[in-house]
Amino acid sequence: MSEHSISVRVNGVARAATVESRLLLVHFLREVLGLTGTHVGCDTTSCGACTVNLDGRAVKSCTMFAVQTDGHEVRTIEGLETDDVLHPLQEGFREQHGLQCGYCTPGMIMAALPLLEANADPDEATVRTAISGNLCRCTGYAQIVNSIRWAAAAMRGEVAATDADADPVWQPLAGPLGY
Amino acid sequence: MSQWVTGADMYPAAFTYHAPESVGEAVELLSQLGPGAKLLAGGASLIPLMKLRLVELTDVVDLGRIKGLDAIEPGDGHVRIGAMVRQADLLRSPVARSLALLGDACSVIADPSVRNVGTIGGNLSHGDPANDHPAIMLALDARLHARGPAGERTIAAADFNVDLLQVALEPDEVLVGIEVPTPTAGQGTAYVKFERQVGDFALAAAAAVITLDGGRVSRARVTFTNLAPTPVRSPAIEAALLGCEPDAASIAEATHALVEIDPWSDLRATADVKRAMARAAAERAIRLAVERARGGVES
Repeated sequence: MSEHSISVRVNGVARAATVESRLLLVHFLREVLGLTGTHVGCDTTSCGACTVNLDGRAVKSCTMFAVQTDGHEVRTIEGLETDDVLHPLQEGFREQHGLQCGYCTPGMIMAALPLLEANADPDEATVRTAISGNLCRCTGYAQIVNSIRWAAAAMRGEVAATDADADPVWQPLAGPLGY
Repeated sequence: MSQWVTGADMYPAAFTYHAPESVGEAVELLSQLGPGAKLLAGGASLIPLMKLRLVELTDVVDLGRIKGLDAIEPGDGHVRIGAMVRQADLLRSPVARSLALLGDACSVIADPSVRNVGTIGGNLSHGDPANDHPAIMLALDARLHARGPAGERTIAAADFNVDLLQVALEPDEVLVGIEVPTPTAGQGTAYVKFERQVGDFALAAAAAVITLDGGRVSRARVTFTNLAPTPVRSPAIEAALLGCEPDAASIAEATHALVEIDPWSDLRATADVKRAMARAAAERAIRLAVERARGGVES
């Protein structure tokens, strides 16, 4: 067994810890740093719920050792909001109902983030390819794609977030049972 | 600040981690550490095995800190691809356009996130016939460069794959680079993979490297992924293609020579299904390679 002192820049802040070499990055983030927005969803590197950004690239944090990130830069879902302002991707998933249970959502957003930082206007096929390593059991993916494309439009300055209270799409429908 | 993680959160068995800064250091570590030590490239093949404890290592030697193993360098009649080149970077590089089958393969290996960490060297050294690069390198007659205690040596792709999960590297050797020949005039290449879903291994896949001279096939290489413990060539299909003016009918005819290969069955498909899919993959790959050869796509 070996232990290593590592220093990783996480969401812009230098974080130091002494960890076992076999500690997975996802467990370092969740258990040592308390950043539980990154999720564990499978045993087989398939689901992508653990996706974070390492030096600006989307990676599956369940298939990496924390020691490999010593001296590198990691960004998690917690690092998207700045000064209480949501990132356009986070706004997009609200605007376009990109989640139901929300378990895959941080991974979806972190998979999409490098795409939007490189490509200002990805088409549907490009977005679907970017998230092709991320599984969702709830939504059927269409709303996720819409959310990401909304975020791209917001980053181009073409749309703005609506006031949550006034969001017309999600007002309750008046039906025979009153909801 | 730091909370200790114990017990169930520790998926892999405990090991000692080494991060050498040079290939020489890595070779020395492998020589000293013995059979319980393995190299870590991107980790896309190794770490999933460690998490399931299908492999328990005493030592892991991480190649990730060594500089200079991730370059793609054109040379005299060849391109040298560093073993640590990530699949995503290979996909974006000019060599993936000039040798289109490399671009085809990289775009169907795993998924975009895994491609950001997985390496061509790891994909080849793992010795898994379900990985895509072994059949590609066999079709290209690539030359693999390995460095060990005695220095550097070259291994032909045809000699590299020995058996299931077994390659021709000594336990104290590091694969440092892969040399692929630049396309010759009239050459077209393609890789066609059948998979159940994105990120899956192939049920069957075929690589085709076809050269046309005066409209006729002057050279053909057709290889397959996941039909056997190592990637396999089909000399019978190649012979059937030689000299013919390739059209849909003659290509389909040629692929029936696949009968010489008896595929294994695996979790994904029985031998019968693999046989049918391999033939279809070969047909599509050859047709695409011929189209690219005619179109002068690769140069």
